[in-house]
Amino acid sequence: MTNQLKTGQKALNMNDSSMHSNTDRIKKSLKKRNSKEKRFRLWGRLAISFGFLMVAILFADIGTKAYPAFFQHWIKVDIEFNRQWLSIEPSDSAVRPDMQALKQANYSATVKKSLYQMFPSITARGDKRDLMKLLSYSAEFKIEDLVTANPDLLGQRVSLWLLADDDVDSYFKSDFTAGQSSGRINDKQAMWLKQLFDSGAVEKRFNTLFFTNSDSREPELAGIRGALSGTILTMIIVLAISFPIGVSAALYLEEFAPKNRWTDMIEVNINNLAAVPSIVFGLLGLAVLINIFGLPRSASLVGGIVLSLMTLPTIIIASRASIKAVPNSIREAAIGLGASDMQVTLEHVLPMAMPGILTGTIIGLAQALGETAPLLMIGMVAFIVDVPTNFTDAATVMPVQIYLWADSPESAFLAKTSAAILVLLAFLLIMNFSATFLRSKFEKNGQ
Amino acid sequence: MKKSVLSTVALTFTVSLLASAAATAASRDMISVVGSSTVYPFSTVVAERFGKKTQFNTPKIESTGTGGGMKLFCAGNGIDTPDMSNASRRMKKSEYEMCVENGVTDITEVLIGYDGIVVANSNAAPQMKLSRKDLFLALADKVPALDGSETLIKNPYKTWKDVNASLPATKIEVLGPPPTSGTRDAFAELVMEGGCKQYPWIKAIKKTDKSAYKAICHSVREDHVYIEAGENDNLIIQKIDANPDAMGIFGFSFLDQNTNKIQGSFIDGTAPSFAAIADGSYPVSRPLFFYVKNSHVDKVPGIAEYLAEFTSESAMGQMGYLTDKGLIPLGNDKFAEVSADVKSYKMLQL
Repeated sequence: MTNQLKTGQKALNMNDSSMHSNTDRIKKSLKKRNSKEKRFRLWGRLAISFGFLMVAILFADIGTKAYPAFFQHWIKVDIEFNRQWLSIEPSDSAVRPDMQALKQANYSATVKKSLYQMFPSITARGDKRDLMKLLSYSAEFKIEDLVTANPDLLGQRVSLWLLADDDVDSYFKSDFTAGQSSGRINDKQAMWLKQLFDSGAVEKRFNTLFFTNSDSREPELAGIRGALSGTILTMIIVLAISFPIGVSAALYLEEFAPKNRWTDMIEVNINNLAAVPSIVFGLLGLAVLINIFGLPRSASLVGGIVLSLMTLPTIIIASRASIKAVPNSIREAAIGLGASDMQVTLEHVLPMAMPGILTGTIIGLAQALGETAPLLMIGMVAFIVDVPTNFTDAATVMPVQIYLWADSPESAFLAKTSAAILVLLAFLLIMNFSATFLRSKFEKNGQ
Repeated sequence: MKKSVLSTVALTFTVSLLASAAATAASRDMISVVGSSTVYPFSTVVAERFGKKTQFNTPKIESTGTGGGMKLFCAGNGIDTPDMSNASRRMKKSEYEMCVENGVTDITEVLIGYDGIVVANSNAAPQMKLSRKDLFLALADKVPALDGSETLIKNPYKTWKDVNASLPATKIEVLGPPPTSGTRDAFAELVMEGGCKQYPWIKAIKKTDKSAYKAICHSVREDHVYIEAGENDNLIIQKIDANPDAMGIFGFSFLDQNTNKIQGSFIDGTAPSFAAIADGSYPVSRPLFFYVKNSHVDKVPGIAEYLAEFTSESAMGQMGYLTDKGLIPLGNDKFAEVSADVKSYKMLQL
């Protein structure tokens, strides 16, 4: 008994001394470990702030470059709707001309002569040409629209704000020192512009044309509406094809398919497909969709199908991972209550996996949103002015528009390029936000 | 129940899509043009004005490159093939034969004007006075030996002064297009070969061994003196603007649009200007074309009107709007000839 007590006490003592030395050791290393953790956290913060800094620099760079594209200069011109200049027959002011006569009237001569009237001192032919270059060529179409809408304008003199040419616009935006020639503006043109500017006939306005016009070879008229419509149409096709097919493939492979050599092979192939360079899908689209099935070139339908092939593997892989993460207890409980396999899958597994599936879908769509390479083969890298309204109209997409503008000789397209990039990023943000919204909705429902 | 409604909707959607696709493939109300990226900036301008002025749709212009455009154009006479193909060089005999094989025999060739190729540097640097021989010596992979013997050595030149004592002692650094570009082909043919054949003994090789001659005259050095800057000419302009010692090679329209930043070098005593390229005194220019498939003229609405717009005095003429975009116009006689050929749909024979 005493022996036992002794050994017990000894053990206790030993324990005490070892405990003592352990706390010492812990205390000693504690400082070191704490500082290690601090450093680790610091690294984390540094990494995140580095990322943020890079994003900020990117946005600041694109933003400052894009800023000029959102504003445009307009010039006030006194337009005289002179029947003779318009060569409208009969020139008798009492007779109201019919639509046909209005359509065929000579509007460019009217703009020219009205402009010459504002600068009566200009007589040389070359100077007159230079004077006309101050205005965008769209002026004649603008006054045509005005006259055809309201024939009462004939014979009147009206002050109209007309769009300035891109060279004039850049001149006012950049190194505008009154009266000095610069870039593509010569000394005489600079002098006329100074006159106009001093008399208050030049105005800077927000560029709404950028959002309402389609592509143009004149930077002052170029807009993104066509490319944006094309992008939306293409994305609808991509979503309509790749989401249902991707999710059903993932559900079948995860929940129903037997595990054997075939399914293994399918899995390997899906993973490989995700890594195939996108241009290959473009070649496939050309060979199969256009040449064999005879679908129209340049259509958003074909573009959407090709891009769906590209997004499918991404969606399948993400969906499978998310379905796998649904706890088995859910399935067992549902089966236990007598649900069929299909009920378990569609009513219990799928809703719980939905947030992850949506994330995968958005990543896939974002990838498709930025592609140009596969579209080159199927004719979507093209100059298309008419806004596409259905899936078979010739269409182009935002990244293609950016690429085409970046490659244009006119320097004003540089700003347009950056502005189009901003719009593309905004489109992406909207897509991401809607996905986040849907996710949070599904997450609530899932609980 | 809800599911079956959904799937029915999806099915009808797909079926109607395919049906409408098939319907549009059978007829087309939009002119389709493919081809060279050098002609693209000009044909798009015409297309845009044509679309605004007339009731026809604005033609669709694809930028596929000259060779790629010819392949599509010559694929057949079907309505799903393009109506026109732009080219920054004349159609090759092999391409014509491909066309004929596929039944595309009735083609009209339209020469629209010329494009100059310029060697330019920043306005901050002195303007260079180069000759084609200087450029060949500066950029060729192998150059004639320094001792005057008729042998070739690896290009030893480091500065422009090494090449020609009258040039400044700045490092040779030239940014230009990659081999896939039509501009590069034209530069090799017009500038490099132009300088190369000034050596009589190299010129003599052409008669005996054409491919060896081409290898000497067209090969560009690969020791980072000639820097391939990609197909984007704006990138080259930005780079030479930032680095006054560097030179860039690109089309005249880019020089024309950026004269506030860059200047074109004299080549063989002539500076690249509108007038000098038009009268042929500037030595580095090439013709630009497009080709029309005449069998489509009745099938696709607007082709005749588009051709009339393109070949009109106000577009392609001496003072036309295409010249504002940097196209070098044809002389008056040539212009009249081209207009007449287009009106009569003169058949191309190669």
